[in-house]
Amino acid sequence: MERLDQRLGFLSAIPLAVILGLSFLAPLVVVALFSIMPQKVFSLFNTPDFSAYSVFFSQGYYRSLLWSLGMAFASTLILFVICWPLAFGMAKVFRRFTLVITIFVVMSLFVSENIRLFGWVLTLMKGGLIEGHFRYYTGIGFDSPLYNTGIIVFGLIYVYLPFMLFPLAQGIAMVPDDARQAAADLGASRWQILTQIELPLAAPGIMVGSLLSFVLAAGALAESKLLGGQAVIVIADDIETAFTFGQNWPLGASLAMILILIIGSLAIFGVSRIDLDAIMGRKR
Amino acid sequence: MDAGPILRLQNVVKKFGTFTALHGIDLDIYDGEFLTIVGPSGSGKSTLIRILVGMEDVSDGEIWLRDQRIDQTPANKRPTCMVFQSLALFPHMSVGHNIEFPLKIQGVAPAARKARALELMALLHLPDDYYTKRISQCSGGERQRVALARALAFDPEILFFDEPLSALDYRLRKTLEKELKDLHARTGKTFVYITHSLEEAMVMSDRIAIMKAGRFEQIGGADEIYGKPVSRFVASFMGEVNLFDIEGGGDGRLDGPDLDVHVNGNAEDFGIRLDKGAKGTLMVRPEYVRFLASSDTSDFIVRGTLRAEYALGSRIQYEVETPGGQALTVEKLREDRFAGAEGSQVVLGFDAENVHLIRGE
Repeated sequence: MERLDQRLGFLSAIPLAVILGLSFLAPLVVVALFSIMPQKVFSLFNTPDFSAYSVFFSQGYYRSLLWSLGMAFASTLILFVICWPLAFGMAKVFRRFTLVITIFVVMSLFVSENIRLFGWVLTLMKGGLIEGHFRYYTGIGFDSPLYNTGIIVFGLIYVYLPFMLFPLAQGIAMVPDDARQAAADLGASRWQILTQIELPLAAPGIMVGSLLSFVLAAGALAESKLLGGQAVIVIADDIETAFTFGQNWPLGASLAMILILIIGSLAIFGVSRIDLDAIMGRKR
Repeated sequence: MDAGPILRLQNVVKKFGTFTALHGIDLDIYDGEFLTIVGPSGSGKSTLIRILVGMEDVSDGEIWLRDQRIDQTPANKRPTCMVFQSLALFPHMSVGHNIEFPLKIQGVAPAARKARALELMALLHLPDDYYTKRISQCSGGERQRVALARALAFDPEILFFDEPLSALDYRLRKTLEKELKDLHARTGKTFVYITHSLEEAMVMSDRIAIMKAGRFEQIGGADEIYGKPVSRFVASFMGEVNLFDIEGGGDGRLDGPDLDVHVNGNAEDFGIRLDKGAKGTLMVRPEYVRFLASSDTSDFIVRGTLRAEYALGSRIQYEVETPGGQALTVEKLREDRFAGAEGSQVVLGFDAENVHLIRGE
């Protein structure tokens, strides 16, 4: 009986699985195929070559990629450092107040990312909310902090904070209190407890949070456009330009493939190192 | 037990808001002893042990480790450690690394750490190949041993135990109780153990401290606590017991409902004396109560109806109801089994040398 149920369940899942599989895989396949077309063609019926990939190096697109990855790495690192204490508080200290923080953080997601970033632009620009008021009352003006790489990283941190915070809190919640107490009882200092007990036991949460924020930040576009004013060009910007203004689909596709390969292998490597079941609450 | 106690508690008070968990505890713990603190849940024994290892602050009072005051010292700076009820093993480390943890913290070199871990594993009957095993691959009893080895690796001045055996099945618990007592003898360390199980306390301890509602009721050896409890609480906490309300009748006489007293005149020889009108409780353990034939005599005699018989393995337990409605317990070895049928009238007797008088209401 149970086996029949299983079989029927499996059968009834097939149509949807096929649709999902196709709709997920088909665009990827199209992008992959376009990436090996000669440049500036709009059809897949051409002799494949790898000219689009060679442009990646010859025309300096690798610089955009390095900027994207570098800023994603920096923002992930900073996010981890600032989210750890907050996540620790949410998991272990704040109790009911945790819900308030959760609601506030989630509420920020209800407003579109672009609108929130424009809010920052209006706040930080010369003659904006801060500088404008300051100059009005004191007569002293100062330069806007906008339009450089620092503010882009700030934007990435601001936008992707929830993606680090919640997995991290989940990870820290998996560290048993008694393990921490036992370590202290056995002579471990606060720092030793952090490095030898808490970080390893919270590793699944750290990994998930870091992967999410890194992957999202590496493909981010709005922060560099709005806050950075294109002080640097990020890879997502290049991809968009290639597909739109550049009318060079194979170039856009090859840049996208490079990004997908780098991020995909990172994600697979990361996920293979952790116990996803543990963080989903199916174990222990 | 020279040179004073290794640990001295003076008027230790712990309050949680308006609730007082510990009402001014005084206790001396001596070097090398096995002290067990026994009490029902909510008696404050867990709070006390958490204070002793430094996981809770005292509200008032002082704790002295030899000549050093430690009540404000954080847990990681105290030379004591605890085996947790949950064991609190580190799930991400192998058995060997769990045991080595305190040594790693102390900065001991890896080779020396491993040597010590293997030594401790041998002491606790863990095979060498367990060194690389994961904690999740160990059975309950093996985890106990790992937790113990880890605590011993710390080389504490005092080793505390917070009911570590309570989650195990009966047979394994019995084995580990004996191993623990043996380990205490071999290591010569001071063990302080808390439990709600009297049996555990009796098997292992040099001294037992009975705790009730944040205070010690009685502290003494197992025999003393079993035979001469200071209160009805201690008497009934320490296993099956028969208690009779009695009152001094003057001239050394004792009176009690349901009880024929035949020792009047010389009861004082056994330390059983109440002034006229003074109240007390007479205690006799079930194993000292006999079934009397019509010709037998005894210092104290009770009549009643045999209500039930329970086989306890090597012993048989009988329940007898007095005319006043009190249930009495009698225990006999299986070879001395009583032949009476349930519902029959029986006469019970016990002697003055086997009773203990608890004064007061």
